[in-house]
Amino acid sequence: MTKTVFFAILLSGIATWLIRVLPFILVKRFTLPAWLIDFLSYVPVAILTAIYVESLLTYHAGRWPSVNLPNLLASGPTFLAAIVSKNLLVIVIVGIASMAVLRALGWG
Amino acid sequence: MDDELTWRSGFKDVLPTIFGYIGIGLAFGIIAKAGHFSVLAAVLMSLIVYAGSAQFVMVSMLAAGSPIGAIVLSTALINARMALMSMTVAPLLQEESMLQNITAGTLLTDETFALTMNKLNHTGHTLHSRWLHAANIAAYLVWAGATLAGAMLGQLIPNPADLGLDFAVVAMFIGLLYLQIITDRTHPRRRQVGLAVFVAALMVVLMRFMPGNLAILAATVIGCLGGMAVKHRD
Repeated sequence: MTKTVFFAILLSGIATWLIRVLPFILVKRFTLPAWLIDFLSYVPVAILTAIYVESLLTYHAGRWPSVNLPNLLASGPTFLAAIVSKNLLVIVIVGIASMAVLRALGWG
Repeated sequence: MDDELTWRSGFKDVLPTIFGYIGIGLAFGIIAKAGHFSVLAAVLMSLIVYAGSAQFVMVSMLAAGSPIGAIVLSTALINARMALMSMTVAPLLQEESMLQNITAGTLLTDETFALTMNKLNHTGHTLHSRWLHAANIAAYLVWAGATLAGAMLGQLIPNPADLGLDFAVVAMFIGLLYLQIITDRTHPRRRQVGLAVFVAALMVVLMRFMPGNLAILAATVIGCLGGMAVKHRD
Protein backbone atom coordinates (compact mmCIF):
# COMPACT_ATOMS: atom_id res chain seq x y z
CA MET A 1 0.00 0.00 0.00
CA THR A 2 1.50 3.35 -1.02
CA LYS A 3 1.59 6.33 1.32
CA THR A 4 -0.95 8.14 -0.91
CA VAL A 5 -3.47 5.29 -0.62
CA PHE A 6 -2.98 5.08 3.13
CA PHE A 7 -3.48 8.81 3.73
CA ALA A 8 -6.44 8.96 1.34
CA ILE A 9 -8.10 6.17 3.36
CA LEU A 10 -7.20 7.72 6.73
CA LEU A 11 -8.33 11.27 5.89
CA SER A 12 -11.51 10.15 4.11
CA GLY A 13 -12.23 7.95 7.13
CA ILE A 14 -11.81 10.87 9.53
CA ALA A 15 -14.03 13.12 7.38
CA THR A 16 -16.75 10.45 7.19
CA TRP A 17 -16.51 9.76 10.92
CA LEU A 18 -16.94 13.46 11.76
CA ILE A 19 -20.01 13.67 9.48
CA ARG A 20 -21.52 10.66 11.28
CA VAL A 21 -20.63 11.60 14.85
CA LEU A 22 -20.82 15.42 15.10
CA PRO A 23 -24.65 15.48 14.90
CA PHE A 24 -24.80 13.06 17.85
CA ILE A 25 -22.45 15.28 19.90
CA LEU A 26 -24.34 18.47 19.02
CA VAL A 27 -27.77 16.96 19.75
CA LYS A 28 -26.49 15.59 23.07
CA ARG A 29 -25.25 19.07 24.07
CA PHE A 30 -28.09 21.22 22.73
CA THR A 31 -31.83 20.71 22.46
CA LEU A 32 -33.06 20.86 18.89
CA PRO A 33 -35.51 23.66 18.01
CA ALA A 34 -39.07 22.57 17.15
CA TRP A 35 -38.75 23.47 13.44
CA LEU A 36 -35.68 21.23 13.10
CA ILE A 37 -37.48 18.31 14.77
CA ASP A 38 -40.35 18.86 12.33
CA PHE A 39 -37.87 18.95 9.42
CA LEU A 40 -36.19 15.72 10.56
CA SER A 41 -39.51 13.90 10.84
CA TYR A 42 -39.65 13.88 7.03
CA VAL A 43 -36.10 12.54 6.61
CA PRO A 44 -36.88 8.77 6.71
CA VAL A 45 -39.36 8.66 3.81
CA ALA A 46 -37.57 11.40 1.86
CA ILE A 47 -34.09 9.88 2.07
CA LEU A 48 -35.25 6.29 1.45
CA THR A 49 -37.15 7.44 -1.65
CA ALA A 50 -34.12 9.42 -2.86
CA ILE A 51 -31.73 6.48 -2.35
CA TYR A 52 -34.12 4.12 -4.16
CA VAL A 53 -34.82 6.42 -7.12
CA GLU A 54 -31.07 7.06 -7.47
CA SER A 55 -30.63 3.32 -8.08
CA LEU A 56 -33.18 3.50 -10.92
CA LEU A 57 -31.30 6.26 -12.74
CA THR A 58 -27.88 6.58 -14.36
CA TYR A 59 -26.22 10.01 -14.27
CA HIS A 60 -24.76 11.51 -17.46
CA ALA A 61 -22.96 14.85 -17.09
CA GLY A 62 -24.91 17.63 -18.82
CA ARG A 63 -27.80 15.39 -19.92
CA TRP A 64 -30.96 13.93 -18.45
CA PRO A 65 -30.41 10.73 -16.45
CA SER A 66 -31.27 7.46 -18.20
CA VAL A 67 -33.35 4.67 -16.67
CA ASN A 68 -31.53 1.66 -15.18
CA LEU A 69 -33.84 -0.91 -16.79
CA PRO A 70 -32.69 -4.07 -14.92
CA ASN A 71 -33.20 -2.37 -11.55
CA LEU A 72 -36.59 -1.03 -12.66
CA LEU A 73 -37.73 -4.46 -13.90
CA ALA A 74 -36.54 -6.29 -10.77
CA SER A 75 -38.38 -3.68 -8.66
CA GLY A 76 -41.78 -5.01 -9.82
CA PRO A 77 -41.68 -8.44 -8.15
CA THR A 78 -39.86 -6.88 -5.18
CA PHE A 79 -42.65 -4.34 -4.55
CA LEU A 80 -45.19 -7.15 -4.94
CA ALA A 81 -43.29 -9.19 -2.33
CA ALA A 82 -43.33 -6.14 -0.03
CA ILE A 83 -47.09 -5.70 -0.36
CA VAL A 84 -47.86 -9.41 0.09
CA SER A 85 -45.35 -10.41 2.78
CA LYS A 86 -44.50 -7.18 4.67
CA ASN A 87 -41.38 -9.13 5.65
CA LEU A 88 -37.96 -7.64 4.91
CA LEU A 89 -36.16 -10.98 4.53
CA VAL A 90 -38.75 -12.23 2.01
CA ILE A 91 -38.57 -8.92 0.11
CA VAL A 92 -34.76 -9.09 -0.16
CA ILE A 93 -34.76 -12.75 -1.27
CA VAL A 94 -37.45 -12.12 -3.92
CA GLY A 95 -35.43 -9.10 -5.12
CA ILE A 96 -32.21 -11.09 -5.46
CA ALA A 97 -34.05 -13.95 -7.23
CA SER A 98 -35.75 -11.51 -9.64
CA MET A 99 -32.43 -9.99 -10.63
CA ALA A 100 -30.79 -13.43 -10.94
CA VAL A 101 -33.59 -14.49 -13.33
CA LEU A 102 -33.22 -11.27 -15.37
CA ARG A 103 -29.47 -11.86 -15.67
CA ALA A 104 -29.94 -15.55 -16.58
CA LEU A 105 -32.35 -14.44 -19.35
CA GLY A 106 -29.73 -11.97 -20.52
CA TRP A 107 -31.97 -8.95 -19.74
CA GLY A 108 -29.87 -7.67 -16.87
CA MET B 1 -39.99 -6.95 13.73
CA ASP B 2 -41.29 -6.48 17.31
CA ASP B 3 -40.95 -3.96 20.15
CA GLU B 4 -37.91 -5.62 21.77
CA LEU B 5 -34.80 -3.42 22.03
CA THR B 6 -32.27 -6.02 23.20
CA TRP B 7 -28.91 -7.07 21.72
CA ARG B 8 -30.46 -10.31 20.50
CA SER B 9 -33.30 -8.44 18.82
CA GLY B 10 -30.78 -6.12 17.12
CA PHE B 11 -28.92 -9.09 15.61
CA LYS B 12 -32.20 -10.67 14.53
CA ASP B 13 -33.59 -7.47 12.94
CA VAL B 14 -30.41 -6.72 10.96
CA LEU B 15 -30.39 -10.18 9.32
CA PRO B 16 -32.34 -9.25 6.14
CA THR B 17 -29.88 -6.43 5.37
CA ILE B 18 -26.89 -8.81 5.55
CA PHE B 19 -27.38 -9.96 1.92
CA GLY B 20 -26.93 -6.40 0.77
CA TYR B 21 -23.67 -5.99 2.69
CA ILE B 22 -22.41 -9.34 1.37
CA GLY B 23 -23.30 -8.52 -2.26
CA ILE B 24 -21.80 -5.04 -2.30
CA GLY B 25 -18.87 -5.96 0.01
CA LEU B 26 -17.85 -8.83 -2.28
CA ALA B 27 -18.19 -6.59 -5.34
CA PHE B 28 -16.08 -3.91 -3.65
CA GLY B 29 -13.35 -6.41 -2.73
CA ILE B 30 -13.26 -7.76 -6.28
CA ILE B 31 -13.14 -4.30 -7.88
CA ALA B 32 -10.50 -3.01 -5.47
CA LYS B 33 -8.32 -6.05 -6.22
CA ALA B 34 -8.90 -5.68 -9.97
CA GLY B 35 -7.84 -2.01 -9.60
CA HIS B 36 -4.48 -3.24 -8.24
CA PHE B 37 -5.18 -2.48 -4.60
CA SER B 38 -3.80 -4.90 -2.02
CA VAL B 39 -6.13 -7.02 0.11
CA LEU B 40 -4.96 -4.95 3.10
CA ALA B 41 -5.85 -1.64 1.40
CA ALA B 42 -9.31 -2.91 0.42
CA VAL B 43 -10.09 -4.16 3.94
CA LEU B 44 -8.66 -1.01 5.58
CA MET B 45 -10.90 1.09 3.36
CA SER B 46 -13.94 -0.91 4.47
CA LEU B 47 -12.91 -0.70 8.14
CA ILE B 48 -11.89 2.99 8.22
CA VAL B 49 -14.08 4.72 5.61
CA TYR B 50 -17.02 2.27 5.88
CA ALA B 51 -19.25 3.86 3.24
CA GLY B 52 -20.33 1.84 0.20
CA SER B 53 -20.58 4.21 -2.74
CA ALA B 54 -17.80 6.51 -1.48
CA GLN B 55 -15.40 3.55 -1.42
CA PHE B 56 -16.08 2.73 -5.08
CA VAL B 57 -15.43 6.36 -5.99
CA MET B 58 -12.22 6.37 -3.92
CA VAL B 59 -10.91 3.30 -5.76
CA SER B 60 -11.50 4.86 -9.16
CA MET B 61 -10.08 8.25 -8.11
CA LEU B 62 -6.95 6.67 -6.60
CA ALA B 63 -6.48 4.53 -9.72
CA ALA B 64 -6.77 7.71 -11.82
CA GLY B 65 -4.12 9.42 -9.67
CA SER B 66 -6.41 12.13 -8.28
CA PRO B 67 -4.94 14.33 -5.51
CA ILE B 68 -5.77 13.37 -1.91
CA GLY B 69 -7.63 16.63 -1.28
CA ALA B 70 -10.04 15.92 -4.14
CA ILE B 71 -10.57 12.36 -2.92
CA VAL B 72 -11.33 13.45 0.66
CA LEU B 73 -13.67 16.21 -0.57
CA SER B 74 -15.57 13.80 -2.85
CA THR B 75 -15.91 11.29 -0.02
CA ALA B 76 -17.22 13.99 2.32
CA LEU B 77 -19.77 15.19 -0.27
CA ILE B 78 -20.99 11.66 -1.03
CA ASN B 79 -21.35 10.98 2.70
CA ALA B 80 -22.84 14.37 3.62
CA ARG B 81 -26.32 12.82 3.75
CA MET B 82 -25.10 10.76 6.74
CA ALA B 83 -25.31 13.97 8.80
CA LEU B 84 -29.08 14.08 8.19
CA MET B 85 -29.45 10.46 9.27
CA SER B 86 -27.31 10.96 12.38
CA MET B 87 -29.29 14.05 13.32
CA THR B 88 -32.53 12.08 12.96
CA VAL B 89 -31.33 9.23 15.20
CA ALA B 90 -29.47 11.37 17.77
CA PRO B 91 -32.52 12.79 19.65
CA LEU B 92 -33.60 9.18 20.37
CA LEU B 93 -30.36 8.52 22.28
CA GLN B 94 -30.13 11.95 23.92
CA GLU B 95 -30.69 10.47 27.40
CA GLU B 96 -27.82 8.00 26.99
CA SER B 97 -24.13 8.75 27.64
CA MET B 98 -21.89 10.61 25.21
CA LEU B 99 -19.87 7.41 24.68
CA GLN B 100 -22.98 5.47 23.62
CA ASN B 101 -23.92 8.32 21.27
CA ILE B 102 -20.47 8.47 19.67
CA THR B 103 -20.35 4.67 19.31
CA ALA B 104 -23.78 4.60 17.68
CA GLY B 105 -22.84 7.43 15.30
CA THR B 106 -19.49 5.88 14.36
CA LEU B 107 -21.08 2.78 12.82
CA LEU B 108 -24.38 4.20 11.53
CA THR B 109 -25.06 3.38 7.85
CA ASP B 110 -27.87 4.01 5.35
CA GLU B 111 -29.10 0.49 6.08
CA THR B 112 -29.01 0.52 9.88
CA PHE B 113 -30.54 4.03 9.83
CA ALA B 114 -33.45 2.81 7.69
CA LEU B 115 -33.84 -0.24 9.90
CA THR B 116 -33.93 1.99 12.99
CA MET B 117 -36.67 4.15 11.45
CA ASN B 118 -38.72 0.98 10.82
CA LYS B 119 -38.04 -0.28 14.33
CA LEU B 120 -39.38 2.95 15.88
CA ASN B 121 -42.81 2.18 14.40
CA HIS B 122 -42.92 -0.95 16.57
CA THR B 123 -41.48 0.50 19.80
CA GLY B 124 -43.65 3.57 20.30
CA HIS B 125 -40.84 5.77 18.93
CA THR B 126 -38.27 4.74 21.56
CA LEU B 127 -34.77 3.40 20.96
CA HIS B 128 -32.03 1.80 23.05
CA SER B 129 -28.36 1.99 22.10
CA ARG B 130 -27.75 -1.75 22.62
CA TRP B 131 -30.24 -2.65 19.85
CA LEU B 132 -28.55 -0.19 17.48
CA HIS B 133 -25.05 -1.36 18.49
CA ALA B 134 -25.99 -4.98 17.75
CA ALA B 135 -27.31 -4.07 14.29
CA ASN B 136 -24.36 -1.73 13.59
CA ILE B 137 -21.65 -4.17 14.71
CA ALA B 138 -23.14 -7.09 12.76
CA ALA B 139 -23.33 -4.92 9.63
CA TYR B 140 -19.74 -3.66 10.12
CA LEU B 141 -18.26 -7.14 10.54
CA VAL B 142 -20.17 -8.59 7.57
CA TRP B 143 -19.08 -5.65 5.40
CA ALA B 144 -15.40 -6.10 6.35
CA GLY B 145 -15.64 -9.90 5.96
CA ALA B 146 -17.29 -9.64 2.54
CA THR B 147 -14.61 -7.16 1.40
CA LEU B 148 -11.88 -9.55 2.58
CA ALA B 149 -13.54 -12.49 0.79
CA GLY B 150 -14.01 -10.47 -2.41
CA ALA B 151 -10.41 -9.22 -2.42
CA MET B 152 -8.90 -12.64 -1.62
CA LEU B 153 -11.12 -14.95 -3.65
CA GLY B 154 -12.29 -12.54 -6.34
CA GLN B 155 -11.26 -14.81 -9.20
CA LEU B 156 -12.59 -18.00 -7.63
CA ILE B 157 -16.13 -17.03 -6.68
CA PRO B 158 -18.85 -16.36 -9.23
CA ASN B 159 -19.57 -12.72 -10.01
CA PRO B 160 -22.02 -11.58 -7.28
CA ALA B 161 -23.97 -9.72 -9.99
CA ASP B 162 -24.77 -13.00 -11.81
CA LEU B 163 -26.49 -14.21 -8.64
CA GLY B 164 -28.47 -10.97 -8.42
CA LEU B 165 -26.68 -10.09 -5.16
CA ASP B 166 -26.00 -6.52 -6.27
CA PHE B 167 -29.77 -5.93 -6.21
CA ALA B 168 -30.02 -7.00 -2.54
CA VAL B 169 -29.40 -3.44 -1.36
CA VAL B 170 -32.01 -1.96 -3.72
CA ALA B 171 -34.53 -4.63 -2.68
CA MET B 172 -33.83 -3.81 0.95
CA PHE B 173 -34.50 -0.11 0.38
CA ILE B 174 -37.73 -0.96 -1.47
CA GLY B 175 -38.79 -3.04 1.54
CA LEU B 176 -37.78 -0.47 4.14
CA LEU B 177 -39.42 2.38 2.18
CA TYR B 178 -42.68 0.45 1.75
CA LEU B 179 -42.77 -0.69 5.38
CA GLN B 180 -41.93 2.85 6.52
CA ILE B 181 -44.82 4.33 4.54
CA ILE B 182 -47.37 1.78 5.77
CA THR B 183 -46.33 1.83 9.46
CA ASP B 184 -44.99 5.33 10.18
CA ARG B 185 -47.75 7.28 11.94
CA THR B 186 -45.72 10.49 12.41
CA HIS B 187 -47.62 12.04 9.50
CA PRO B 188 -50.84 11.10 7.65
CA ARG B 189 -50.21 8.37 5.06
CA ARG B 190 -51.39 10.70 2.26
CA ARG B 191 -48.65 13.17 3.12
CA GLN B 192 -45.96 10.43 3.32
CA VAL B 193 -46.95 9.13 -0.14
CA GLY B 194 -47.04 12.68 -1.50
CA LEU B 195 -43.56 13.28 -0.07
CA ALA B 196 -42.23 10.11 -1.74
CA VAL B 197 -43.68 11.11 -5.14
CA PHE B 198 -42.31 14.66 -4.76
CA VAL B 199 -38.80 13.42 -3.85
CA ALA B 200 -38.83 10.90 -6.74
CA ALA B 201 -39.65 13.69 -9.21
CA LEU B 202 -36.97 15.91 -7.63
CA MET B 203 -34.38 13.16 -8.12
CA VAL B 204 -35.05 12.99 -11.88
CA VAL B 205 -34.75 16.76 -12.23
CA LEU B 206 -31.72 17.13 -9.92
CA MET B 207 -29.80 14.32 -11.66
CA ARG B 208 -29.94 16.43 -14.82
CA PHE B 209 -27.55 18.78 -13.01
CA MET B 210 -25.61 16.73 -10.43
CA PRO B 211 -24.45 13.17 -9.72
CA GLY B 212 -26.77 10.85 -7.82
CA ASN B 213 -25.09 11.13 -4.44
CA LEU B 214 -25.45 14.90 -4.31
CA ALA B 215 -28.97 14.66 -5.72
CA ILE B 216 -29.92 12.38 -2.79
CA LEU B 217 -28.82 15.06 -0.32
CA ALA B 218 -30.49 17.94 -2.21
CA ALA B 219 -33.75 16.04 -2.86
CA THR B 220 -33.99 15.02 0.80
CA VAL B 221 -33.50 18.58 2.06
CA ILE B 222 -35.96 20.07 -0.45
CA GLY B 223 -38.42 17.22 0.22
CA CYS B 224 -38.34 17.80 3.99
CA LEU B 225 -38.85 21.56 3.50
CA GLY B 226 -41.78 20.71 1.21
CA GLY B 227 -43.24 18.47 3.91
CA MET B 228 -43.00 21.30 6.45
CA ALA B 229 -44.67 23.74 4.05
CA VAL B 230 -47.56 21.34 3.35
CA LYS B 231 -48.06 20.69 7.05
CA HIS B 232 -48.35 24.42 7.77
CA ARG B 233 -50.91 24.79 5.00
CA ASP B 234 -53.03 21.80 6.16
